Amino acid sequence: MKVIAAMSGGVDSAVAAARAVEAGHEVIGVHLALSANPQKYRSGARGCCTVEDSHDARRVADIIGIPFYIWDMASEFHEAVVDNFISEYSIGRTPNPCLRCNEKIKFAAVLNRARAMGYEKVVTGHYAKVVDSPTGPMLNRANDPEKDQSYVLAVLTQDQIAGAMFPLGDTHKVDVRAEAQARGFALAQKPDSHDICFVPSGDNAGWLRERLGSESGSILDEHGKKLGSHKGAYTYTIGQRKGLNLTVPANDGSPRYVLKIEPLSNTVVVGSHEKLAVSKISGSEIKWCGPVPGNEALRGFAQVRAHGQALPCSYKFDGVNLTAILDEPLYGLAAGQALVIYDGDRVVGSATIDHTDQAIGSSNGS
Amino acid sequence: MAINSATAYLDNAATTAMVPEAVLAMSQQLSKVGNASSLHAAGRSARKVVEESREAIADAVGASPSEVIFTASGTEANNLALKGFYWHRLAEGRNVIATSPIEHHAILDPLEWLVDHENAKWLELDVDQNGQVLIEGAEKKIKEVANSISLISIMHSNNEVGSVQHVGEIAAIAGELDLPIHTDAVQSFGKIPLSFRELNVTAMSLSAHKIGGPLGIGALVLKKGLDLTPVLHGGGQERDLRSGTLDTPAIAGFAAAATIAIAELNSRAARVRKLRERLISGVLAKVENTSVNSAKDHLPGIAHFTFEGAEGDALLLLLDAQGVQCSTGSACSAGVPRPSHVLLAMGMNDKRAKSSLRFSIGPSTTEADIDLVISVIAPVVERARAAGLV
Repeated sequence: MKVIAAMSGGVDSAVAAARAVEAGHEVIGVHLALSANPQKYRSGARGCCTVEDSHDARRVADIIGIPFYIWDMASEFHEAVVDNFISEYSIGRTPNPCLRCNEKIKFAAVLNRARAMGYEKVVTGHYAKVVDSPTGPMLNRANDPEKDQSYVLAVLTQDQIAGAMFPLGDTHKVDVRAEAQARGFALAQKPDSHDICFVPSGDNAGWLRERLGSESGSILDEHGKKLGSHKGAYTYTIGQRKGLNLTVPANDGSPRYVLKIEPLSNTVVVGSHEKLAVSKISGSEIKWCGPVPGNEALRGFAQVRAHGQALPCSYKFDGVNLTAILDEPLYGLAAGQALVIYDGDRVVGSATIDHTDQAIGSSNGS
Repeated sequence: MAINSATAYLDNAATTAMVPEAVLAMSQQLSKVGNASSLHAAGRSARKVVEESREAIADAVGASPSEVIFTASGTEANNLALKGFYWHRLAEGRNVIATSPIEHHAILDPLEWLVDHENAKWLELDVDQNGQVLIEGAEKKIKEVANSISLISIMHSNNEVGSVQHVGEIAAIAGELDLPIHTDAVQSFGKIPLSFRELNVTAMSLSAHKIGGPLGIGALVLKKGLDLTPVLHGGGQERDLRSGTLDTPAIAGFAAAATIAIAELNSRAARVRKLRERLISGVLAKVENTSVNSAKDHLPGIAHFTFEGAEGDALLLLLDAQGVQCSTGSACSAGVPRPSHVLLAMGMNDKRAKSSLRFSIGPSTTEADIDLVISVIAPVVERARAAGLV
């Protein structure tokens, strides 16, 4: 099969590409240039897509004997991922840019281009599995629970999943590193990337302030009493406890958490932990990774963070919205994040969270 | 598309295969000891090879041997010309460098560096849509600030589209104003008639690996009696203008390649020109909405196409998979493909500029190479066009 291996310059995509070659596929390595002004070098575990990363990817391509090219996806990435990230924060929501990148760049812009050029699939180093079934390919969790990335892939449609190849789904990260070492890849011990790749400093709040301004506003309690001030409501996220710098302590001395973000009035509302409780979550922009369920309530698991727990729930699709009712409440959930439904290890689908039944404010993000 | 086992190397403007004469001349020197600056027998023997080579290269380019200064590359020769003239003439209050916007990066980047760090000013001489410097406009612009001009530098022919410049006419203007003029002749040397003396320029850059010589050796041809500020300081080799132990094997290989290139210039050019015509008519017959970017005066071996709606880097990938090796011609700034500055300066928009591809034919190219391109080009362009729509 003719495939395109997306090679970031990291360990995972390097081993994934090597495995695709060994499986007998005709592989072409492609490094995505996602920034028009890449940094020259990586600093620690932050960011990606530096010139050094493209060099590392090229060296791996040399070693495994495949052609290697750089595809300029900077404008697509900026439009679909970075601009969306900024606009979501500006309306008080908390987006997940990795999901967005998988949905719009890796398994859309890149996959479509690959297919048009006669290549069937895009190979990546994601930890997830594509499992064939009578109703088509299904997305499943990886064997390594620590590294499982099915959550950030839950925005893919079945057609996109059909165009994805994840050679690392059955392997633990520690073994992938060992394999990279054994294959003689110099990048075997390169740190994993964390944080958001286009915020190389790791300072999300500062990065957002540069783009959205830093107008100060009030931090209020749930009754409207002013407890402190902040520099930009959008730099907070629901459930956040640190960095509030409150000047008025709580009556009972208990910690307070961000309950609500109101971008229009530039206000942050804080309160006690129990006020963060959420049992009912609903969202739109639904993506089904397999067959579309009927409109009856079904049992499954809900996950709302990349490495969060899978929480037992009932879920129901009414044709427009996907709603999950959790068996036990979770605490602290922001609109804009993804609600991913699992059936065991299988990813059923996902929605972008719009509403919850949180007592204060409901994080409806508007 | 089936995978072809045949390959066609059509990137001779990037680098060429070494000719056997150059391999022989070079390898004969590789096993010998001797620093050409040493006074003993081994040194003298190396010096003899260097000087014979210098004479052969001078002869090939219509210069005197003492006018040939060896450098490690064409890029270094360009840097020496630009920075050397700039620093040397700065004391006279001359801080303007006149060039076209379609120069190679080995001119534009040192120029940009001089602008950013040394207060140089760039006088941009416009080009037409075929990639040729407009003489009248250039004359007017040069005369306006002649007293501030440090150096005029115009490439002899363009490396992307192959347009040959009217360097002689610009040299005449420079001569009238008593201004030094440099020409980057890396692409022209050994491919079209070129005479340092007849062109009446002050300096000229050459490179060996574009004409079947080894990598890592070039030359700046510089008129006798002229002084420049050196870029490399050290042992005082090469008229004190370019220090560094002379690379005897590479110099010998350069001379062998230059000698052959000049001896066979007409026959090679005729053959290459015919192959170019075969490629152009074959491609145009197979692919619609395709144009050739070329000036009336052009290098015999460069065929530069714009395939509307197909991105150059997609074409390159697909052709590479079919064994055809060519180039988008654009520089890779920080690894990211950008539209070519040459095509943009010729007035192309970003989209068209990104849809362009350069095939460069050399003496080692065969009809089979050309026919391979013609046999695969239609489905390749079709796929690249489909990829451009997603």
